[in-house]
Amino acid sequence: MNKFLKWFASDSFIVSLAAIVMGLLLGAIVMMIGGYNPITAYGALLSKVFGDWYGFGEALREMTPLVLTGLAVAFAFRAGMFNIGAEGQVLMGMTGASLVGIKITGLPALIHAPLAIIAGALFGGLWAALAGYIKAKRGVNEVITTIMLNWTALFLCNYIVRTFLLVPGNQRSVDIQPSASISIEWLSQMMGNARVHWGILLALLASTFFYYFLWKTKQGFELRAVGSNPEAARYAGINVNKNIVKAMFISGVFAGLAGAFETLGVFHYQSVYASLPGYGFNGIAVALLGMTHPFGVLAGAGLFGTLTYGSAGMSFEAGVPPEIIQIVIGSIIFFIAAQGIVRFILKPVYKRKKEKVL
Amino acid sequence: MAAATPVVELKQITKRFPGIVANDSISIQLQKGEIHALLGENGAGKSTLMNILFGLYQPDEGHVEVNGQTVAIDTPNKAIELGIGMVHQHFKLVQSFTVTENIILGMEPSKGGIQIDYKTATKKVKEISDQYGFHIDPNAKIEDISVGMQQRVEILKTLYRGANILIFDEPTAVLTPQEISELIEIMRKLVAEGKSIILITHKLKEIMSVSDTVTIIRRGKVVDTVKTSETSPLVLAEKMVGRNVSFKVDKKPAEPGETVIEVKDVSLKNKEGISLLNEMSFNVRRGEIVGVAGVDGNGQTQIIEALSGLRKIDSGSIKLSGKEIANHTPRQISESGVGHIPEDRHKHGLVLDFSVSENMVLESYYKKPYTQRGFLNFRAINELATRLVKSFDVRTPSIQTKARSLSGGNQQKAIIAREINKNPDFLIAAQPTRGLDVGAIEFVQTQLIQQRDQGKAVLLVSFELDEILNVSDRIIVVYEGKVIGEVRPEETNDQELGLMMAGSRQGGIANE
Amino acid sequence: MKKAVKLSLFMLLAFSLVLAACGNNNSNTAATGGDSAEGGAKSDIKVAMVTDTGGVNDKSFNQTAWEALQELQKEQGVEVKYLQSKSEAEYETNLNQFVKDGYNLTWGIGFALEKALGDIAKQNPDSNFAIIDAAVDAPNVESVLFSENEGAFLVGVVAGKMTKTNKIGFVGGMDSPTIKKFEVGFKAGIEAVNPNAQFNSVYASGFDKPDEGKSAAATLYNEGADIVFQAAGGTGTGVFNEALDRKSQGQEVWVIGVDKDQSIEFGTDVTLTSMIKRVDVAIKTVSQQVIDGTFKGGTITTLGLKDDGVGIADTSSVNVPQEVLDEVKSYSEKIVSGEVKVPTVTQ
Repeated sequence: MNKFLKWFASDSFIVSLAAIVMGLLLGAIVMMIGGYNPITAYGALLSKVFGDWYGFGEALREMTPLVLTGLAVAFAFRAGMFNIGAEGQVLMGMTGASLVGIKITGLPALIHAPLAIIAGALFGGLWAALAGYIKAKRGVNEVITTIMLNWTALFLCNYIVRTFLLVPGNQRSVDIQPSASISIEWLSQMMGNARVHWGILLALLASTFFYYFLWKTKQGFELRAVGSNPEAARYAGINVNKNIVKAMFISGVFAGLAGAFETLGVFHYQSVYASLPGYGFNGIAVALLGMTHPFGVLAGAGLFGTLTYGSAGMSFEAGVPPEIIQIVIGSIIFFIAAQGIVRFILKPVYKRKKEKVL
Repeated sequence: MAAATPVVELKQITKRFPGIVANDSISIQLQKGEIHALLGENGAGKSTLMNILFGLYQPDEGHVEVNGQTVAIDTPNKAIELGIGMVHQHFKLVQSFTVTENIILGMEPSKGGIQIDYKTATKKVKEISDQYGFHIDPNAKIEDISVGMQQRVEILKTLYRGANILIFDEPTAVLTPQEISELIEIMRKLVAEGKSIILITHKLKEIMSVSDTVTIIRRGKVVDTVKTSETSPLVLAEKMVGRNVSFKVDKKPAEPGETVIEVKDVSLKNKEGISLLNEMSFNVRRGEIVGVAGVDGNGQTQIIEALSGLRKIDSGSIKLSGKEIANHTPRQISESGVGHIPEDRHKHGLVLDFSVSENMVLESYYKKPYTQRGFLNFRAINELATRLVKSFDVRTPSIQTKARSLSGGNQQKAIIAREINKNPDFLIAAQPTRGLDVGAIEFVQTQLIQQRDQGKAVLLVSFELDEILNVSDRIIVVYEGKVIGEVRPEETNDQELGLMMAGSRQGGIANE
Repeated sequence: MKKAVKLSLFMLLAFSLVLAACGNNNSNTAATGGDSAEGGAKSDIKVAMVTDTGGVNDKSFNQTAWEALQELQKEQGVEVKYLQSKSEAEYETNLNQFVKDGYNLTWGIGFALEKALGDIAKQNPDSNFAIIDAAVDAPNVESVLFSENEGAFLVGVVAGKMTKTNKIGFVGGMDSPTIKKFEVGFKAGIEAVNPNAQFNSVYASGFDKPDEGKSAAATLYNEGADIVFQAAGGTGTGVFNEALDRKSQGQEVWVIGVDKDQSIEFGTDVTLTSMIKRVDVAIKTVSQQVIDGTFKGGTITTLGLKDDGVGIADTSSVNVPQEVLDEVKSYSEKIVSGEVKVPTVTQ
């Protein structure tokens, strides 16, 4: 508990909070310049998310993939890698879940749905592990491979959907079997048909898993050592290459789950995507917002999800174009990334506890 | 000397940081044409003082006088204007630029305000270089020249900017013995030409050989200022650490037992096919310290890496208590009883962003009781860390403190604690005292000898000949990846060793 | 540490105050947002549309649809509004937003909204919906499809007649059934008037890739084609740019535009003609039914040549000689009468 309080008082937390406030203020200024009332707009944003159960449920739905892709990026980051490929891993996760969810029939829901989730997680994990393997074996920077694998995944997934799962004459797969659905029907009905699903809960569990795995287990210790100082880890007898592949696999599992949940819980089908849908890139922003800490990622996804989902309310009620929402989100991330600026502005109010000696 | 106006006078300088007084009313006079050494342990306040002189910090109390005039040095540019130049310990050079380009960086001479006048600049650099005997090619790229040469570029940079007062911050920390003696030559030439030098260091030998005056600082206060000619290393060391020290490491004669490690005909080539180890053979027995002497780059790094499993060998054998361990993984070797204090503690010895306690289990985290059923057992880990911190006198605010914020000596102590706690049969110590102050050096060397006395085999690799001579029971000299001689420390001296290290065999009393 | 706690509490408080202030104000001002009707007859009818991820400035059907709605607002005084979908997941929530706000008709623009619109229509049987380019089988949904193949046939006739190199190209935005319909019709038109002409097609990976459009056009022009028909949305901009570049270097190349009269945007220098898809007609017709109270729903309408749902641009006469236009006209009549059947899929 004490630790928890400490975290709230910590430097990074205060700076993040200040960055958010500054981002919102900058957004307000931009809106005022554009002739929109920022108070109306932010009010519309909040009422869209918290105004009714439907909005709240849908906002949760929006946050779920953000949490998972944020975790994916953050996890790889903790192990010293930059996973730009969450995007492709999400698509692979969708495809894995679709294949199992559509092609396998006659299973009870209690088996079918988890099986489809696992398939999605594995597809995503293996796709990311591929980049990890290339890095471990050949030393190719994962930034390059994961970016390229994004496109490979896009076209591979489109090919699979078109060839095996397509609704004739359409640009999407057939629907998954009802037994593979992870929608929570009763809750959805209570929430005005909001697309709530079990994945929301599993995403929360995933962030807890992230925390315990990385900081409380032997394997997490290895991953962190490799992430902070691979040379020292190697000297200490840790198998660095194995840990690179492992870290990427786990990172990809998070992203794959995001994809699986979207297919099994939200759409119940898979589209042929004309371009990368952007899940993974948002994940990078969320991981950054959350300071690559799993609970920070939850907060970051909450914020990011509220903003993106609530933005429809802003354009609906206050007439603010979506581009301005992007400016607000962009400026919050900017302020968090440019911590120096925030600290500079905070200086008069907040004197740093200690200055480093020498 | 007291009659002349000092070129620089620091008067009653006090600088406080939250929770600590880094400089407590420090006064120092630098006379024209002298080398004034500033001696003190790590963290004594030397660097803070010099940063004040160079305009990086402002003093809370006191002031600086240059040539008798009170001056306010609020930026490094102001310091440069006043003729003060600083040669930093970590060079601030652009690797892909030439020497001249680096020197003129920030104050490029130009023709008509647009085009950089390289010709004039190069000429001027060459002139200064020749004046002080730097032997520097103004058109060489930084990445292509040696560390010693890079340091000369740093010195040239300050001279080019018209510095009369040069501050050298730990200049020898990165140099080889040859480069050190060359640097000392250069410093002598500089003062002969009327420059004045402040030398920050904790190496007594250099102070004795080059400086005119020494000011000793301990915990932010001036302990004493003495003429070098009127003091001795022992007196200086005691003033610096504040207690009695002895340079002669106390040790009983070695009582070597059976062979623990046997290296036989180990060869290894790099990717380009250049031979790094050339049929190297030696052994280390129980209860003895074998020192490896040699100029850097003659296979020391490679043999250590081969011994600890970090690098594969092409041929030969490495036996630990009779069992082959060549090309085993680092973990296998570590588990079979090899401890390794790595050369570069930041890069290889510690995970700087890990806490002290996490670093303490860096090699044993996976074993019981530190891991149970896959989960880390923090109680056991913290218990171990607390015990090691206490018994090895690692000064840290807490065991949860990040290793990064420990001083170099305490970081090294933490590594040694970890390695010794493994209770290895064979301990490799690579440059274990590099960059440490006298107190810490003493501690490290004592620990090595204690290990020997407990019947461990110790391999000591060091570029400090004194250390090799003082600590080892037997010395092997490596040259171009081969052991070219073996001597006993009591039967040799540093001249002879130096010759052998340069590849000459005649001095060798090789008895193999 | 204490200071930090205090400060963070202070900031939390400040933040929540700001938020609370926003919340309060919102309830007073929410109703004033949106485009209310200005001028023209007043009507309390509200019509809305939800774009696909292409957005409202896609230079394609989303834009045409929104322009049609704006015209409707001017003429009839109805309230109109759109929501842009940033992701696939927003189709449903955006549609729902209009349903909840009591809109009399909500359009889904594009086949991508088919599933979402079907679901929402089922959940809200009392609301009215309409969709472009997809068939949704629900009693409260009006579906409008187009016979793109027929329009493409006509520009195919123009291309077949006008080519000098006897090579003709096609750039599709994505390999999808809808776009395939353009290609098939176009090819059939060429073959009808110029069986010897060589035909080649290139597909891009999306509708928002002008760079791909440019390189696709370059490939086709380099192979010797002098006329390229693009059905590629924003990607088509690249096709036009490539043609403009070549034209300025003296090469004789043409582009056939799509969806609307693209000579207005890209000029008649390179725009030979355009195949028009009257999304605006569809939007206006169905919306008018709602205004008039005659909306039935549950029907799937396919607009072809005979409904004026597709055709060629009026400005075609600038570059296309009269005898070719006459031939186009006669084919158009034959298609309407059923004498000529235009395929929809490759035979």
